[in-house]
Order: sequence, then structure tokens, then C-alpha cells
Amino acid sequence: MTDPEEQIIDSAHHSFFNWKELWRYRELFYFFAWRDIKIKYKQTLLGFLWAILQPLLMMIVFTLFFGRVLNVPSQNLPYPVFVFSGLLLWNMFSTGLTNSANSMVNNATIIKKIYFPRLIIPASSILVVLFDFLMAFILFIPILIFYQQPLSWSAIWCWPLALIISVVATFGPGCWLAALNVKYRDFRYVIPFLIQILFFLTPIIYPVSMLKNPMLQYILVLSPMYAAVELFRLPLTGADVNSTFLLVSLSASAFFLFAGVLYFKSTEDFFADFA
Amino acid sequence: MKPILEVQNISKKYRIQHLAGGYLSLRERMQSFFRFEKSKAEDFWALKDVSFEVQPGESIGIIGRNGAGKSTLLKILSKITPPTSGKIITRGRIASLLEVGTGFHPELTGRENIFFNGSLLGMKRIEITAKFDEIVDFSGVEKFLDTPLKHYSSGMQLRLAFAVAAFLEPEILIIDEVLAVGDAEFQRKCIGKMEDVSKSGRTILFVSHDLNAVSSLCNKVAVIKAGSIHFFGDALKGISFYQQDFLKSDSFSADAQREKKPIYFKSIKVSDINGETQSHFLYDQSITFDFDIVINDSALRCDLFLLVIDSRKRSVFALESNQLEEKMKVAIDAHTLVRGNYSIRAFINQPNIARIDEVDDVCSFEIIDNGSQMMKHGAFDYGSVFGKGKWM
Repeated sequence: MTDPEEQIIDSAHHSFFNWKELWRYRELFYFFAWRDIKIKYKQTLLGFLWAILQPLLMMIVFTLFFGRVLNVPSQNLPYPVFVFSGLLLWNMFSTGLTNSANSMVNNATIIKKIYFPRLIIPASSILVVLFDFLMAFILFIPILIFYQQPLSWSAIWCWPLALIISVVATFGPGCWLAALNVKYRDFRYVIPFLIQILFFLTPIIYPVSMLKNPMLQYILVLSPMYAAVELFRLPLTGADVNSTFLLVSLSASAFFLFAGVLYFKSTEDFFADFA
Repeated sequence: MKPILEVQNISKKYRIQHLAGGYLSLRERMQSFFRFEKSKAEDFWALKDVSFEVQPGESIGIIGRNGAGKSTLLKILSKITPPTSGKIITRGRIASLLEVGTGFHPELTGRENIFFNGSLLGMKRIEITAKFDEIVDFSGVEKFLDTPLKHYSSGMQLRLAFAVAAFLEPEILIIDEVLAVGDAEFQRKCIGKMEDVSKSGRTILFVSHDLNAVSSLCNKVAVIKAGSIHFFGDALKGISFYQQDFLKSDSFSADAQREKKPIYFKSIKVSDINGETQSHFLYDQSITFDFDIVINDSALRCDLFLLVIDSRKRSVFALESNQLEEKMKVAIDAHTLVRGNYSIRAFINQPNIARIDEVDDVCSFEIIDNGSQMMKHGAFDYGSVFGKGKWM
């Protein structure tokens, strides 16, 4: 008999990332997402339709108030197309952030009884919103056709890239908030407020160019979601992108990813004691 | 052959914080930061310098009182919480069952729960699919496979949960008191399954209060007391060591954790008629329980509820007071309890509102029968209390 692999359990951190272990647990990652999707759509009257209805209704409301009444510019796009393209990604970000922030607390009973790489939990809760995104995306296509919106071929790489950026932009802060939420239970009240503020700070319902002050523009593009939304709209507007703005936003994303995962990893050992 | 599990000088420290809601809140953290308060945390060693080795194929029973550190040891072994110092070397896949049905969700069907729970326990999807029919067969719930779990009876949920766990095939299986629930027949089935597992050469670590189960399943026993191992070795010797230790009376006294409650048990003593603290009583002696209770909030109307429990933690009888005072005393008539080991549970209740404080499995004592009428029946189980009746 060959000696089985030796494993050591002690108080020290051995490596920041145990890729081998994460890979071994990949099935559990899918199972968590699969479970959450099943539960979410069980016992709902309209089922998957909710994923479509929510951005649709928001689009109508924003179009009425910002497009018609306030006449907000929209980078030469019909305002509904402009706002829907932003909301598609924004909803993913906001729901993903809320879900992953609450995910550790919601799964506390499991965390206290079974070991697995804890990162699976916030990560899989983001996978769930990708599913919602796909549902809403299906609605986006008839909207484009209805407004006879020309579309550049660059969508083939711009859209997937925008999606990847959004996932990264959600995952970093999501991990951070998830860990903070385990430690400080009043953090959950901060999260909706935080998301609301970010919503108005991210150019979703208005373009950055609406602000004339360059200082303010730089503050806005600090939002991790700016790069994603801008890239997503690129094939529609065909406008030039401000690469400095993109870089600023991407750096913010990278910072949050690094800091969030780092904080999560440094506290994850003690989740079972806190939860 | 190298040991499959080496536990080397494991210690675990917890910081007990005296928090209002039991949770840390950001507000409190900031308040104490700005007031330059020192943290009111207190150190508590749940485990101290625990070491032992397990050879492949051995099954180890871990026994000890509530709060002795058994669960902490299992949590460290199953990587749920890291040790404060020391290390553990394992040579094989570990699966731990600290609870049956972890992750069971009431909205999911039986089938869906089997897959999710199996995956949580570390089974691959292909493994679950391959064993699916066996799992369903063992659980006996095939008719309800596509019914949401919330419509299951608790017994059915338990059977399903145990069935999934029973088909795990790790080299080391860690089990915590999962048998404490479920009906007798199902418990036998589970013990049988676990015996099969241990006979097939796999290693089992089993924590239980049920000494019968431990003695039939394990060939070695570790007795844990106050965070350290007091005995490690042969199962039967270990069990008798534990039983002797169990017989020593320990008066209960409150720890710091308890003192934040508005009303709490300060101390409880078992004594004889002369007020002498005792751990052994003759069947024809009366037994007195002395309660010292701290009442910080006299506005709460409470009473005291006392349960005498036997060595298998079954309730024998209960006594309830009408009111609560700082010093309370209750005497149990002579000729009530038959021979055996007992301990008590006690609650301070706000009737129909809340349970303010409780103690469980404290003040153990033994009743010795040196000549009652029932003595002649020897080891025959004639109950826990002497029957009182008149033949007419």
C-alpha cells in the first residue's frame, strides 16, 4: 500500500491560496449555486419571469423620469436602451453584492458543521446572479430590435469582457462584506445604503460627460462598475472610450478584489467561532 | 505502519466576550474604541495539550461530560476551526458528521437534498449517482423522493440524512452524537452500519454519551475532562474509568459567562439530611438539593423547575416551585430513586414567557441499594423509581 497523502492541520496559514483544494471542491461550488437557484424560483408565481420583470419595470420608471421629464443625455442612444444596458449589469452587481455579503451569515449552520474552502460561498452566490443576468439579457435583444439600435461586431468581445469585469467587481467587495458581516452583525444594515449610494455614483442612468467638473468625473469613474458598463455600451454607442477613465475604474476593481479576498482569507479560519 | 492520525499537543483558546446580544456589533466596537476601554474578553482554554495517535482500522470512542471539550476536539479534527497551538497529521481522507442533515433545505425535495448534502460531505456527483439507489433504499423514503423536505416527518428527515452519511467512504470517519436522536430501531440500524464500517478496516472517531454504543463499537476510548485527556486506551477500562469519575459529586457553581444573566444559578449542592455534601446515598436516605440563586432583577416573576435525570439523560421526574428566592431547598423523600447514577437539570423559568437560566447534567450522585425489596432481582431493570402502590 502506498502511503496516502499527509495533511497537516495547525494554527499557521500555509499558503494564501490552495488552488488544488479549490479545484477539488469545484462540484460543491456548482451545487451551492444550483441549490440557491432552485430555492429562489421555487414557490414563486412568476418564477423566472421575475428576473426579466425587475429590470424592465426599472427601465420604464427611469425612462419616464430621467429620459422624458429631466431629459438626461444618453450618449445618442434611445434612453430606454441606454438605461437598460446599464441596469443589466448594475442589477447583477447590486444583487450579487447583497447576496454574497449575506451569504456567510445565511450559511452559518453549514459553516459551523462542515469544512470546505469558505470562498465557495460568496463565489457561488455570484454565480446565481449570472443566471438572472442571462434571463434579463434575453429581454435586451427584443428591446434593441424594437428601437432599431445598430450594433457593432465588437459586442462579441466587449460584452463577455464587461461581464467578466462585473463579476470581478462584485466578487472583491462581496468577499469583504461577507467577512465583515460575520464579525459585525450590524453591517447588514449598511449594505443596502452603500449600494444605493454607489448606484447614483456610477454612471448608469446618466453619462459621465453630464458632469462638467473633471474632478467629479474622476470620482465617478472610481466606481468598479464604471468600466463594465462603459465597455458594455461601447458596441452600441461606437463612441471613443476614455482609456484613463477605464484604467481608473479597473484599478479600483483590482484593489477591491485583492483587499476583499485578503480580508476574507485572513478571517475565514474563525468564521465558525463567530457565526 | 504509520498512524493514520497523529494529534500532537493540541490546545484551543476561546475568548469569551461579555456581549449584550452575543454578537459583536460595529457600534459597540466603535464606542469602546473611542472611550479607550479595554476589551472585556476573558480567555478560556477549551482544550489543553491534547495528544494521541490512532492506527488505521481502530475505532476510538471519545467520552466526557458536557463542556469537557469533546466537540471542540472534533471541530479541530474536521478543520472547522483551527487549533491555537499544536498540530495534527492525517494520512487519509477525513469525513466528519457533526450533525445529521447539514445543509438540508426544507424547500428542496428529498432527491435534491441527497445530492446537496452528499456533496457537502465530500462525495463526488458520480459517487452519489452510483450509490443513489442504495441510499434511498437504506432511508426507506422512496415514495417521497420528489416531495419537498418540509413535508417530511422529523424521523424521515433523520433517516434520509443518516442514509446519505452512511454511504460515505472516507478513511477516517468522525461522528458526533448523531445517534442521540431517532427511534430505537433506527438507532440499531445505524450502529449496525457503523459496525460494518469499522469492520471494513476504516477508522472511526465516535463521540457519544451512550456508553453502550461506545463499548460495542469502539476498541479504544479517550476520556476528556476539562480540556485534557485523562485516559486513553482499552475501551472497557476507559468506560469504567469514566464511570468512576462520573460518580464523584461535583457541586455546581456559576462561571463568568452566566453572571451576565439577570437571574442565575450561583451554586447547587446535593447533600444528605445533615447538610453534608454527598455523592453517594443509600436508597432509604433522603436527598436535599440546595440552590443559591442570584436575583438581580426582582421584577421578573420566576419559578424553579428541577428535573432528575438518569445516566442516559432520560428525565425521571420533575419538581416545580411556586416562586423564586435567593436560597431554595428541596428534599426528595427516602425510598424514591432506585440504584443507579443520576444528575439534575434545572431551569429558572418565567412561566410561559422565557427561560432565564438553565443547567444541565450537574450534581451527579449515585443511589446505592443495600437491602430494598427489589434488590433480589439483581441486575433486572425495574425502572428508575420505586413503585408506590397497595396490593388489595
